[in-house]
Amino acid sequence: MSVKQISVFIENKPGKLAEVTRFIAEKNINLKALSIADTQDFGILRIICGDADAAVSAIKDGGYVATVTDVLAVEIEDKPGSLAEILEYLAKAEVVVEYTYAFLSVKNNESAYMIFRVDDSAKAEKALTEANVKVADADMVFG
Amino acid sequence: MGNYYQPEMECASPETMREIQNKKLVAQVKHVYENVKYYRDLMDEKGVKPDDVKSVDDLYKLPFLTKNDLRDAYPYGLLGCDLKKCVRIQSTSGTTGRRVVAFYTQDDIDIWDECCARAIVAAGGTNEDVCQVAYGYGLFTGGPGLNGGSHKVGCLTLPMSSGNTERQIQFMRDLHSTILCCTPSYAAYIGETLKDMGYTPDDIDLKAGIFGAEPWTEEMRRDIEKSLGIKAYDIYGLTETSGPGVSFECAEQGGMHINEDHFIPEIIDPDTGEVLPEGSKGELVFTSIDKEAFPLLRYRTRDICVLSRKKCSCGRTLIRMSKPMGRSDDMLIIRGVNVFPSQIETVLLKEGYPPNYQIEVDRANNTDTLDIYVEMVPEQFSDTVKAVAQKEKELAAAITQMLGIRPIVHLVEPKSITRSEGKAVRVIDRRKLHD
Repeated sequence: MSVKQISVFIENKPGKLAEVTRFIAEKNINLKALSIADTQDFGILRIICGDADAAVSAIKDGGYVATVTDVLAVEIEDKPGSLAEILEYLAKAEVVVEYTYAFLSVKNNESAYMIFRVDDSAKAEKALTEANVKVADADMVFG
Repeated sequence: MGNYYQPEMECASPETMREIQNKKLVAQVKHVYENVKYYRDLMDEKGVKPDDVKSVDDLYKLPFLTKNDLRDAYPYGLLGCDLKKCVRIQSTSGTTGRRVVAFYTQDDIDIWDECCARAIVAAGGTNEDVCQVAYGYGLFTGGPGLNGGSHKVGCLTLPMSSGNTERQIQFMRDLHSTILCCTPSYAAYIGETLKDMGYTPDDIDLKAGIFGAEPWTEEMRRDIEKSLGIKAYDIYGLTETSGPGVSFECAEQGGMHINEDHFIPEIIDPDTGEVLPEGSKGELVFTSIDKEAFPLLRYRTRDICVLSRKKCSCGRTLIRMSKPMGRSDDMLIIRGVNVFPSQIETVLLKEGYPPNYQIEVDRANNTDTLDIYVEMVPEQFSDTVKAVAQKEKELAAAITQMLGIRPIVHLVEPKSITRSEGKAVRVIDRRKLHD
């Protein structure tokens, strides 16, 4: 079970972020989560949104290099310690977390979602499922 | 190793060759001075008379000719004989300014054909071969040159010209072509098409290919050799001196033998014009010593290469030139090293990037800096910073290996590199601001 994440190669220049998000807005697609990794030269913009395929083609049509990656979306309780607990499960299973970011669910104020990009999704999912942690699919995130 | 067309020339002793060159050069300078007003004016301006050139050692006294001279003298200004004696013209593609039109007498054509015949024989060609000429025919020298050479050798010649690749392959199979002559990029394309049509190299009889008229890498050579099941030979030439066949490769594949009995090569410093010793990298200059109709003396090719008199295992004594490493008008000197944008382009293509790049040279703490901006492509992109940074590092390492100096590579967004009038600006040299 995984969720589609769009990654976009962008330079650190004014207006870039606005331009890319506008492409998605014009398709009337709602953003769920967003994070940016940046270096001195370039940035990678990561987006979770509904209809990732339509969004990514709109971004590509706009002249950007973009790709779709499967990431894990994990539902966690919105309370102290819940993230640490999940990370401990992953650490125990020797899963390397490449990056992670969070977003809150609108429909349910009690839960938050963590997005994980790991080196081995299958191993991570197994470790989390065995620990009774809910790994979400697209329907749960966007439902 | 007896693959020679004219062994008395191709394997002549250095003394004999020198004697031939001296004799032809003295006569040629006289011929040009008497018949080409444009060049006579240049010689007069420099205060050089035909009598001042008694041997090849005096070649340096003569003025250079450049592409600009050819444009200024268009169309008849450099003609060396009566038009009545001329039987043909060929012309350059004219992509960089006005076309160059070269004239040929029948003798000029015969010599040109012989030069190409030497190349075909060096590639193993005999009168039992079937030679498929898939260079363009027409104003371009490729088709007519190799066609003429193929006739001289006595090959069965297939004057295919370029294009219609499936038909090329059909003729290749039906008529059992053994030698293919075309541009290296077209050879690669024929190889791909062969595969697409469901054939393997075993389904054709090709054994050799003679490829030239554009830059190509060793990588490309190996790919073509594999896809067509042949040995691939390089050939060099330019319309200004005749066409292909000015120099050609032998089975050694270690540089191209220059037909010195017709063309005297020199290597010069592109900035000062000074003649450089054998083995130096510099701009290649040719003097045609027996052409009648278009007798260019000291023509600057703008190609950068190295000459070598090192003994060749093929037995030819003709001097060898390296594959051109770039164009003199593009050369940059960075940290004392000669850098050609074309070298960087070669690496980009090899590493799977488009040739959309920009070189920025600057100076910091009295040291030249080299930054190369390369446009990102989907094939090289991934979602992690680590992977993209790794791509930059790998590309920098590959470029370092090619240039001998280390650049900083920056991957940038597609189409973000400055373009002026549709053509990308390749080099920005900021060092001039500090001088």
